[in-house]
Amino acid sequence: MSENKKSNYMNPYLAGVLLGLVVIAANFISGRSVGASGAIKSTIIAGVETIAPAHAESATFYKEYADGHKGNPLNNWLVYQMLGVLVGGFLSGILSKRLTWKVEHNPKITSRTRLMFALGGGILFGIGSQFGRGCTSGSALSGMAVLSLGGFISMMAIFGTAFALAYFFRKLWI
Amino acid sequence: MGPLVVNEIISENTNLLLAFFVGIAFGFVLEQGGFSSSRKLAGVFYGYDTVVLKVFFTGAVTAMLGLLFLSLFGWIDLNLVYVNETFLQSAIIGGVVMGAGFIMGGYCPGTSFCGAAIGKIDAMIFIVGLFIGVFIFAEGYPLWEGIYKAGFMGSPRISEFFGISEGVIALIVIVAAVLMFWGGEWAEKKFPREEY
Repeated sequence: MSENKKSNYMNPYLAGVLLGLVVIAANFISGRSVGASGAIKSTIIAGVETIAPAHAESATFYKEYADGHKGNPLNNWLVYQMLGVLVGGFLSGILSKRLTWKVEHNPKITSRTRLMFALGGGILFGIGSQFGRGCTSGSALSGMAVLSLGGFISMMAIFGTAFALAYFFRKLWI
Repeated sequence: MGPLVVNEIISENTNLLLAFFVGIAFGFVLEQGGFSSSRKLAGVFYGYDTVVLKVFFTGAVTAMLGLLFLSLFGWIDLNLVYVNETFLQSAIIGGVVMGAGFIMGGYCPGTSFCGAAIGKIDAMIFIVGLFIGVFIFAEGYPLWEGIYKAGFMGSPRISEFFGISEGVIALIVIVAAVLMFWGGEWAEKKFPREEY
């Protein structure tokens, strides 16, 4: 099969340079960079404020956010950006003929196993991104671009831990 | 001149519109680079595909150098650019938990949106997990508020922290990146994998 070898991905170093230009453009326009987990946080806050306004007014997490931000949480740089990411990814998928519904997994595991670990991994990444005040894009990549100490710490902790645990989860991938 | 919105050269609404276009470019580049595939992403941890390392570090080096040059030319005021706050304990805990999520889920948040955009169901489930995770953090916040706010160090740049000039830091990062690229190319030959 070797599906990834067959499909025409861009040269990774070229993709990296373009990625860097995107980060530069974001900083030049807004003084902020790229980030994904912030958009999820805004959506959760907007959802709780709508569905359970009394809870949002009493629980510390939502109160702290409301104190620091005015207006609708969804009216946010990162939220619009992540909507763009969906569009950009989709356009790229059309261009390179990669649009298909599928559960991508190692043939040695079932789709069900893959989806369970995807859910568990997502939950952990969601929790971790809040402690880290940003994920791989918002904290590590954007942070490194502006030489933030926190960005370098995040990057090393994320990749270091994933390397350290790779052996235990090898059945999922190899 | 830059950042445009901070210097009030463009309005807040224009800024949000441009955020959408920046996002399109971000998503397009990630997908073109292969970041919509969890098996490519996870490859870096086993050596068979180090695309993550190459794209991520080329991106970080390009952005770092670009911003330093723009600053040198006086086109952007880096003092007005957002620098992430550093809370030592929380940054390490968060990174460790994210690393575990990465090796289990095969995605990070940005790449999962990319995967979902081209129809990867595992990426969509990962995103459901992200929402659950952020919600758990929000609801349990009083339990970990203490550790979340411990070890506050301000918003130091790594150059300030070590007292080394930005240019020298940039050089060190570039050398480290080149060594990692060399390691990555070596690993792909050492642990080849045709079918994934």
